[in-house]
Amino acid sequence: MIEKPYVARSTAIAARGLGDETMVMSATSSTLFTLDEVATVIWNAVDGATPLEEIVTKRVCAQYEITPEVALQDAELLVEQLAEHGLLLLSEKPIPQPSISPKVSP
Amino acid sequence: MATLTAPAERSEAIVEIGGLPIRLRSDDPSFVRLIQMRYAGYISTSVEASFDFEIELVPHGIDAGDQDLSVRWDSGRWLMERGDFRAEFNPSTARGRIEQTCNPYSLDSVLRIVHTLLLARGGGFLVHASSAIRNGRAFLFSGVSGAGKTTMARLAPPDAALLTDEISYVTRSEDRYFAVGTPFFGELARAGENLRAPIECVYLLAKGLENKIEPIVGAEAVRGLLGNILFFARDAEFVKLVFDAAFDFVSRVPVRRLTFVPDTRIWELVI
Repeated sequence: MIEKPYVARSTAIAARGLGDETMVMSATSSTLFTLDEVATVIWNAVDGATPLEEIVTKRVCAQYEITPEVALQDAELLVEQLAEHGLLLLSEKPIPQPSISPKVSP
Repeated sequence: MATLTAPAERSEAIVEIGGLPIRLRSDDPSFVRLIQMRYAGYISTSVEASFDFEIELVPHGIDAGDQDLSVRWDSGRWLMERGDFRAEFNPSTARGRIEQTCNPYSLDSVLRIVHTLLLARGGGFLVHASSAIRNGRAFLFSGVSGAGKTTMARLAPPDAALLTDEISYVTRSEDRYFAVGTPFFGELARAGENLRAPIECVYLLAKGLENKIEPIVGAEAVRGLLGNILFFARDAEFVKLVFDAAFDFVSRVPVRRLTFVPDTRIWELVI
């Protein structure tokens, strides 16, 4: 796992929020993933420019009763798994975003 | 003495599914006759077609092995390839070509793929489901192989018009979804009737010990439907179109889980 990664959504996906969940489909495998409420918060916050650690502190820990250490550990595991399926990009440096980035449709 | 030989005349047939007439040309009249028989009920008598495909029959050279299907967008055209065929389709020119051996199954696969690509632009899709029209309304019975699609088709009452026992063709028109008959069949080995009706409901099939209908909403409904939609193309834009279509469909058409015992009483429950 990259230490203090920057995270961005892949462009080869389709995503949509439904209630507190987010459904994400990989365009390369047509595999469907469902993100729960906390994973959705992280999914919506990743922008390639904000370190994951900052997202966890400002978005997850601010909303949920969880210690930063545990939240970060969970978040790192999540983004690593999503990256393995090609849904997220991880980098040690900020990730430039294309002009049109796949976002969660309302 | 020189003789003039007229070029071989190409035979053709226009196969119209879902209101999309596709002209299929081949220099082998016997293969065109095969097409006319295979797609009986879907052969257009019009001379106009929206899309033109040239079919080149190859006796050898393409393996009929189990090579995985590949559908990809490259330089302005769709490239489709499997062990038994190679095909391309240019949406801008509405033209394509198919290289295959002389069998109807390869063409059937290409047509299914081409229709998924064409349907996606208008918010439609193909889905693993049998479907039938009764009292002017269409019902879809969706599931994976073995879930009971063909069983539901076989159990249909005489006044139900069967659209397909395998692949349902869903189109969108003016905020409504319609099921359209197709010649794409499964175990029933019979083409569906060439009819169209607004979709009343989609049933996700499950075999059980009793007949039961349960409404499914939200993410579960989308998951159930998306799991059965045909995604041939590994292409981000195409996947997004179909993904969005599934969400829109679920917001407009009821989705229910149908647990059933395979006998005719089930049709009393669903209609």
